[in-house]
Amino acid sequence: MPLRTIIRPILHTSFELRWHGRGGQGAVTAAIIVAEAAIFDEKYAQAFPEFGAERRGAPVKAYTRVSEQQILTRSPIIAPDMVVVLDTSIDEKIYLDGLKVGGTILINSSKGKSELKEKIEREDVMIAKVDATHIAMDELGAAIVNTAMVGALIKVTPLAKLDSVSEAIRENFKPKIAEANVKAAGRAYNEVEVLN
Amino acid sequence: METIAKSIWKRLPLSSNYAVAYAARDSDVDEIAAYPITPQTTVVEKLSEFIANGELLAEMVHVESEHSAMSASIGASAAGARAFTATSSQGLELMHELLHIASGMRLPIVMSVAARALSAPLSIWGDYSDVMNTRDTSWITIIASSAQEVYDSIVQAYRIAESVMLPVMVAYDGFMMSHTYEPVFVSEKAGLFRDYIPRKGRVVLDTKKPVTMGAVANPDWYYETKYQQVKAMSDAYGLSVEADQTFSKLYGRGYGLVEEYNVDNSELVILTYGGIFGTVKQAVDEMREQGIPVGAARVRLFRPFPLNELRSLLLKSKAVAVLDRSFSNGLPVSGPLAVELKSMMNSYNINVPVYSYIVGLGQRTVTEADISKIASQALSSKVSNESIYWGVRE
Amino acid sequence: MPAGAVIMEPGNSAERFTGDWRTFKPVINQDKCTRCLRCWVFCPEPAISIVDRQYTSSSGRAWKNSVEINYDYCKGCGICVEECEPKAIDFIEEVK
Ligand code: SF4
Ligand code: SF4
Repeated sequence: MPLRTIIRPILHTSFELRWHGRGGQGAVTAAIIVAEAAIFDEKYAQAFPEFGAERRGAPVKAYTRVSEQQILTRSPIIAPDMVVVLDTSIDEKIYLDGLKVGGTILINSSKGKSELKEKIEREDVMIAKVDATHIAMDELGAAIVNTAMVGALIKVTPLAKLDSVSEAIRENFKPKIAEANVKAAGRAYNEVEVLN
Repeated sequence: METIAKSIWKRLPLSSNYAVAYAARDSDVDEIAAYPITPQTTVVEKLSEFIANGELLAEMVHVESEHSAMSASIGASAAGARAFTATSSQGLELMHELLHIASGMRLPIVMSVAARALSAPLSIWGDYSDVMNTRDTSWITIIASSAQEVYDSIVQAYRIAESVMLPVMVAYDGFMMSHTYEPVFVSEKAGLFRDYIPRKGRVVLDTKKPVTMGAVANPDWYYETKYQQVKAMSDAYGLSVEADQTFSKLYGRGYGLVEEYNVDNSELVILTYGGIFGTVKQAVDEMREQGIPVGAARVRLFRPFPLNELRSLLLKSKAVAVLDRSFSNGLPVSGPLAVELKSMMNSYNINVPVYSYIVGLGQRTVTEADISKIASQALSSKVSNESIYWGVRE
Repeated sequence: MPAGAVIMEPGNSAERFTGDWRTFKPVINQDKCTRCLRCWVFCPEPAISIVDRQYTSSSGRAWKNSVEINYDYCKGCGICVEECEPKAIDFIEEVK
């Protein structure tokens, strides 16, 4: 059962996602994997990196749009429906910026509900969390959390099927590491929790 | 179309760069000479992959500069190969003298350009300054606005190039398209385009039947040779229409030379080129919902300039706001498309107000809100006769 | 007229006489010439030929061949004069 369904009544309006990570965590690849999986599901999608300087270690943004109809716009996502935070050390002011009223945050965290709610301080948003670092360490032996975050994302917001995500992961990674990433996505899909 | 789509196409998530590589593969190119430059690099990376895994039988010529990339393309094309290259920005500038040589020698080379700003100051980001600098090189120029169109246009480009014997450039937005993934139907069937772009005999360098290419022409012949190029460019007009219509008949996708969007019953048409057209269409939808009578259009074929299509557009338009992502410094109206549109209107006695806006230089963000503001300013007719540098801080 | 100024007949540079803009003219002194062929190597036209003409020098040396200049194509650049080791080529003003 999807936790939240997408209702997009207006023509050419898509579900807009913004990804936040540190360089090397794979935020851009995550944005692409979700778009690919949605495209495999016969939807329309767009994924693009932030068109600005990227330094390893610096906060990185990436974007995904998913829609039932052809996507026209190419402007950056300023007011996302959802943000996905790969790295908790990123300042909440950065990832909350522009998030729509009633939007969703998916965060990689091992913290408890009260701690996260205190930090995020927005009553209107839905918060979902998954301990992606833990899953990634278990499955991949490295803190590359992007595929786990994708697994968690499609549980919280069903932008694509889990099978399609697995297919997209196999397209993007060498066979040796693809299966571990597919497993990480599957585990996160099952382990993600909604806090409110 | 869906039934055709199911059997011969595969729907893949591709950036425009990858769409270029798939199209070059499916056009069965023989030779690729390119030098990496942001944001074009992944075009050539993907093509190397296709060659390495046996999906494409072609010679990859590793060169030390774009000047050499175009030189090698000229040599390969003169020797009869179907030549392909790709570049951006300073790379295209470095090729500049060879661009004239390629078209002057009438070689059907196809090149993709991920359009990017020019230095200085150094910018790796997108705009159309590089492409607009090549307007006088006698290259047929297509500017695409989606990854699908990029794919289809590369294939069409070979049909046009090899019919009229002029090189073709297919341009698209650096980053905004080159690095954006979106769905693209690519051929699933080997040789799908074999009859659409057949191998034709032409005069080539051949030791068994030697000819001289690229020789000197004294004042008694230079002029006539150049005039042949003028004729060829004018033939390229009809051939571009034909290539697009035949493509559409065979494969179910066509674009025309000028794409119109909600032009009927509009008080203003926003005219542009490239990927920004998507954002403009979205803005038009939003304005129409609020009852603002705005339409949009884009020029897809920039050389030869699509006179007939633009004339019919202008006859339907009450006013036109032209958005250019480049400028020709020193003119009061400095947007290249605006300048050319005005010159054309003058020749054909068409009188419609044209407002010139410069936007998105060096990847300055352009949103639907910017488009709406431009539209309401243009609709108010309180617009300067000179180009407006939208949003610039003075 | 072929497109792109392609020249269809091969070998037609022979039809273009480059020898009509000379100011100075190289003249080989057959007596001093050692038949080393340096001039033949360096001539950019090429306007120097090895011809089947016997020659016996004043010192009694009998040559089977001679080195001669084809003035239809010699453009008078003087490279041969410069390159000739025994200084066997004179460079004299062309009088027409
Ligand atoms: S270089 Fe001088 S010596 Fe040698 S062949 Fe020529 S003319 Fe004779
Ligand atoms: S003068 Fe120049 S062109 Fe004439 S024979 Fe000597 S080297 Fe050749």
